[in-house]
Amino acid sequence: MDWVNAIVQGILLGGLYALFAAGLSLIFGVMRLVNIAHGDFIVLAAFLGLTITTTLGLSPLVALALVVPVMAAIGYVLQRGILNRTLGEDILPPLMVTFGLSVIIQNGLLEIYSADPQKMSAGSLETASLSLPGDLNVGVLPILMFVVAVAVIAGLQWIFYRSSLGRAFRAVSDNQDIAQLMGLNKAHVFGMAMALSLAVVGIAGVFLGIRTSFDPSIGPGRLIFGFEAVIIGGLGNLWGTLVGGIILGVSQNIGAQINPGWQLLAGHLAFLFVLAVRPRGLFPRID
Amino acid sequence: MTTEHTYSISRSSKASLIAAVLGLLVLVVLAAAPLWAGRADMRLLSEVFLYLSLACLWNLLAGYAGLVSVGQQAFVGFGGYMLFALAMFAGVSPLAAIPLAGILGALVAVPVALLIFRLRGAYFAIGTWVIAEVFRLSFAQISALGGGSGTSLPVALVRSIASSRSMREATTYWMALGMAVLVLVVIYALLRSRKGLALTAIRDSELASQSFGIDIWWHKFAVYLITAGLTAMTGALIFLQKLRISPDAAFNVNDWTAFVIFIVVIGGIGTLEGPILGVIVFFLLRETLADLGSTYLLILGAVAIVVMLKAPKGLWGMLKERTGLELFPLSRRVVKNKT
Amino acid sequence: MADAVLSTRSLEAHYGDFQALFGVSIDVYPEEVIAIIGANGAGKSTLMRSITGLLVNKPQMVTWKGQAIGALRADQIARLGIAMVPEGRQLFQSLSVEENLIIGGQVGRKGAWSLGKVYELFPVLKERRNIQATSLSGGQQQMVSIGRALMSNPDILLFDEISLGLAPIIIKSIYEALPTIIGEGMSAIIVEQDIAKAVSVSSRVYCLQEGRVSLEGRPQDLTRDAISAAYFGV
Repeated sequence: MDWVNAIVQGILLGGLYALFAAGLSLIFGVMRLVNIAHGDFIVLAAFLGLTITTTLGLSPLVALALVVPVMAAIGYVLQRGILNRTLGEDILPPLMVTFGLSVIIQNGLLEIYSADPQKMSAGSLETASLSLPGDLNVGVLPILMFVVAVAVIAGLQWIFYRSSLGRAFRAVSDNQDIAQLMGLNKAHVFGMAMALSLAVVGIAGVFLGIRTSFDPSIGPGRLIFGFEAVIIGGLGNLWGTLVGGIILGVSQNIGAQINPGWQLLAGHLAFLFVLAVRPRGLFPRID
Repeated sequence: MTTEHTYSISRSSKASLIAAVLGLLVLVVLAAAPLWAGRADMRLLSEVFLYLSLACLWNLLAGYAGLVSVGQQAFVGFGGYMLFALAMFAGVSPLAAIPLAGILGALVAVPVALLIFRLRGAYFAIGTWVIAEVFRLSFAQISALGGGSGTSLPVALVRSIASSRSMREATTYWMALGMAVLVLVVIYALLRSRKGLALTAIRDSELASQSFGIDIWWHKFAVYLITAGLTAMTGALIFLQKLRISPDAAFNVNDWTAFVIFIVVIGGIGTLEGPILGVIVFFLLRETLADLGSTYLLILGAVAIVVMLKAPKGLWGMLKERTGLELFPLSRRVVKNKT
Repeated sequence: MADAVLSTRSLEAHYGDFQALFGVSIDVYPEEVIAIIGANGAGKSTLMRSITGLLVNKPQMVTWKGQAIGALRADQIARLGIAMVPEGRQLFQSLSVEENLIIGGQVGRKGAWSLGKVYELFPVLKERRNIQATSLSGGQQQMVSIGRALMSNPDILLFDEISLGLAPIIIKSIYEALPTIIGEGMSAIIVEQDIAKAVSVSSRVYCLQEGRVSLEGRPQDLTRDAISAAYFGV
């Protein structure tokens, strides 16, 4: 029974990992940008949520209504102010600049909040659980997070393939020059892509903060989980990130079930295994 | 009256000759440091040399072979752990264990490269990070090496390096200096060889060099292995100096990669001089600002961003553009000889 | 004569250290179709990239209805009513046929052209509207590219090498459709390597050679010899 439980919990955890991954996948799809500070933005969003819940006395889920637009705004300004200037043939400038941002965010958070682990409380929701047949107890909160993750990915999928913004994303991704000839301002489209990416990061950060304790140093680890989910699922495939997240979550939980020290290692090994047998991921869409 | 000219290809210039003479002088002065420097100064200098060697190696990888790695801590830590393991369990003397750690580092880089070379560009970078994490988590599982909390080098082994403390310190100092010189010589020789020419071609245009029949994959693979081996040797020296190792210290991304990248970016990527200038700037900043703690890192991150945006070729790149100065004669120039 | 709608004045263009245009001055008058001919590498496409803003110039180097637009971004210029059918068609491969057309209309200019009108002009596109644009044949892709430009209801349409890589019969039908495409109140610039084709639909011709205008005039005033001298520089 422990095993079934571990797998079910792993699937639900996969939803959170898919949220880490979706924003990363989105900006890579639109502008081939990899944001090394992605994980640190997740942690930033968690701290933002913490500040809002403690100062305004709101529940974390209500705080999302503030965190998400603030993160989106940060994303837009960051892209137009700094990151657009780094895009080009050379992959080094965006990599170095986001690496620098990662260091800045980590140490900025350290200055403000100290290194102490923090956690957000979602009240009674945290302890509520559903009893499933076969003696399985599943928390309401993990289920809620998983459902939200699926909804977010469905929403992103809709935006990407059914909205005019998504059309602009795909057009700019295909051919930046010709897209400009269609009246699309590349700088703005990229800004919107980053805004959307960090909006998802906002949700991911608040969920992370409710689920586990967090401190300023854990960002890079979240980046790696998100990255692994993207690669396992296949580049450019949003639903793939959900599959990737689930595979990662299940692997980690199975690893932990065997030996608590193997939790993270099992996830990484699952990633390396996929990389070895299917280098382009399970469901690739971009070369 | 006509003057006849013949032309020849030369790499050296007056500046590079002067630099070579000055470099040798500096080397002699530095080698004599145990005679004139205090204990703390020697420790600091050793650290400078080891960072210089890490920075030159990362520069070779990213600046010349186009392999941007943020996971070189994998090999630093691996080298450190190999030194401890060889010395503690195989009875190898710590000094002999250093080159062995380098060979093992290059060997372990083979399967690593086969895996992560499937990833491109920025995803390659994060892939190298995953590998470093795998190394960290794996060494944390080895209880003989202290597991998650790490282990210290037994006193008997430390004594075996040299009998007196000052002699030990001089030995590790000389080895750090030797490591930096070795790395510089290897990279310089590599870049001056045919392979180096191919690497420069690959850096300038992968497509064009492919059409000239340069096998890009093999060149990158070779550079990755050489870098891994030398990085592991440097790692072994770092932890020989610390005498204590733990997974978190050995595979620390900030210490062994972030700082190294900042050094190269600030100094100037893709030049041999850049990391040397960068390491000097880095230690000057560190020695003046380190008391600020996390603010110091904030400043460092901001400096790196500004340099990348405003002067992507770094300080040395700016200097070279204005003066044409080149201390390591790598580029060939046509020289007119009067006859 | 009325004032030119579009002019370039002493236009220069550089790719890094390489200078591609040396002081090119051309004019397009209202409802006029001009042709720009020249050999490969003469600077024709560079001129188009400069006019549409894909290459940035000094403000006064390009004027549109009296406004200096040389330093505007490509998307700003597109909104002013300057559209281009680019060389090699360059459809968006992740967009369907219909999405390619819709994105052309995204600049939001009012006018006669709409999705329905484009489908009327090219009925085959309506049948295939939901498939990936780049899976069409070359000729059909050219239709999408033309339709995409028309969807913005431009005041001037730039055709960059529209016959390149297409079968002669397709080229013929496209040239036959040009009078319908370049409707009332619209001007056009036709860039071609094929001199006869270009001359047949235009009222004035500019010949470019090594980044300079080597000849200009009305087709009937130009002799074959003058044109080949201007074209090949012999």
